[in-house]
Amino acid sequence: MKELSMNILDILQNSVNAKAKSIQLHIVENSASDLLEFSVKDDGKGMDQEMTKAVFDPFTTSSTTKKVGLGLPFLKIQAEMCNGSSEITSQPGKGTTVRFRFQLSHVDRPPMGDLAGTLSMMFTLHHQVLFHALYEKDGKSFEISTEQLREIMQDVPLNHPKVALGIEEFIREQLIEL
Amino acid sequence: MAKINSLEELRKIRDQAKESMVARSGNAKVKIFASMGTVGIAGGAREALKAMIDELEKRDFHEVDIIESGSMGLDREEPVISVERDGYLTTYGRVTPDMARQIIAQHVINGQIVSEWVIARNKK
Repeated sequence: MKELSMNILDILQNSVNAKAKSIQLHIVENSASDLLEFSVKDDGKGMDQEMTKAVFDPFTTSSTTKKVGLGLPFLKIQAEMCNGSSEITSQPGKGTTVRFRFQLSHVDRPPMGDLAGTLSMMFTLHHQVLFHALYEKDGKSFEISTEQLREIMQDVPLNHPKVALGIEEFIREQLIEL
Repeated sequence: MAKINSLEELRKIRDQAKESMVARSGNAKVKIFASMGTVGIAGGAREALKAMIDELEKRDFHEVDIIESGSMGLDREEPVISVERDGYLTTYGRVTPDMARQIIAQHVINGQIVSEWVIARNKK
C-alpha cells in the first residue's frame, strides 16, 4: 500500500470483521527518538495461538483467516526494512492488539498519507462501533471518538454525507495543527 | 466547504444536516455498499467512497445509506461499489473517484445506470 493510513484502515477493518465493539487506535510520532509507532487494540473475537502466529505468514493463511490476507505480512516486512518491528497479541474471546514501529526518518518509510480520510471513513462506515483515535506528535496530541461525535451530532447519523464531510474536514484541520 | 476547526463548527454542521433531514421521508431511498477489504483499500476504495460522499453533498442529496459490505471476493474488480435502487442491486467494478462521482449523479440521484461499468446486476 502506498500510505500507512491505508494499512491502518485495513487493520481497523480487521477489527470490525472480528466483531469488535470497541477499537482503539494509538499513533505516536516522536522526532527525538526517531520513531513512528501505531497500535490497534480491539475487543473482537480474538485468535488462538496458532492463528496469531500465522497472521504474518501469507502462505499458511487458511480461508478462515482470509480476512487478514496479505495486508499484515507486507506491512511487517516494510516495518523491518525501516529498522522497525511488529507484534501481535491475541486471546480468543478477549480481542487482539497489533503494533508496528518504523524509524521515522527512514527513507523507505511509507508516508502517513490521508489519515483524516481513514479516521472519518471509520466513523462513517462503522458508526455502530465505538472507535477511539489518539495521535501524539512530539508532546502534542489530538483525540477523537465515536462517543464524542455522537454527543455532538445527537440524532443526526454519522453517515449523513454532510456530517461525514464535516468530520473529515475537522480531523484534517486538527491534524494540521499538530 | 468553510474551514471546520472547532467543535462549535461541527455543531453548526449538525444543525444544517438536521434541516436537510426534515424533508426526508422515513427510510433512505438508495443504499450504497462499499467493500473495504485489503485489496479494495490498496486499489483506492477510500478515495472512491470519499468522492461519492463529496458529490452527494455537492448535489445536496442525502437520502442515502452508506454501508460497508465486506469483500465480495471480486479482488480483480476492486474497488467494488454497489448501488441498491428501484429494486435492483447494481455492482460497479474498478471504481475511480471520477467514476464514483458519475455514478452518484447519474445512477444514485437520477436512476440511470452507468452501464459500461456494471459488473453485476441482481433483483432484490
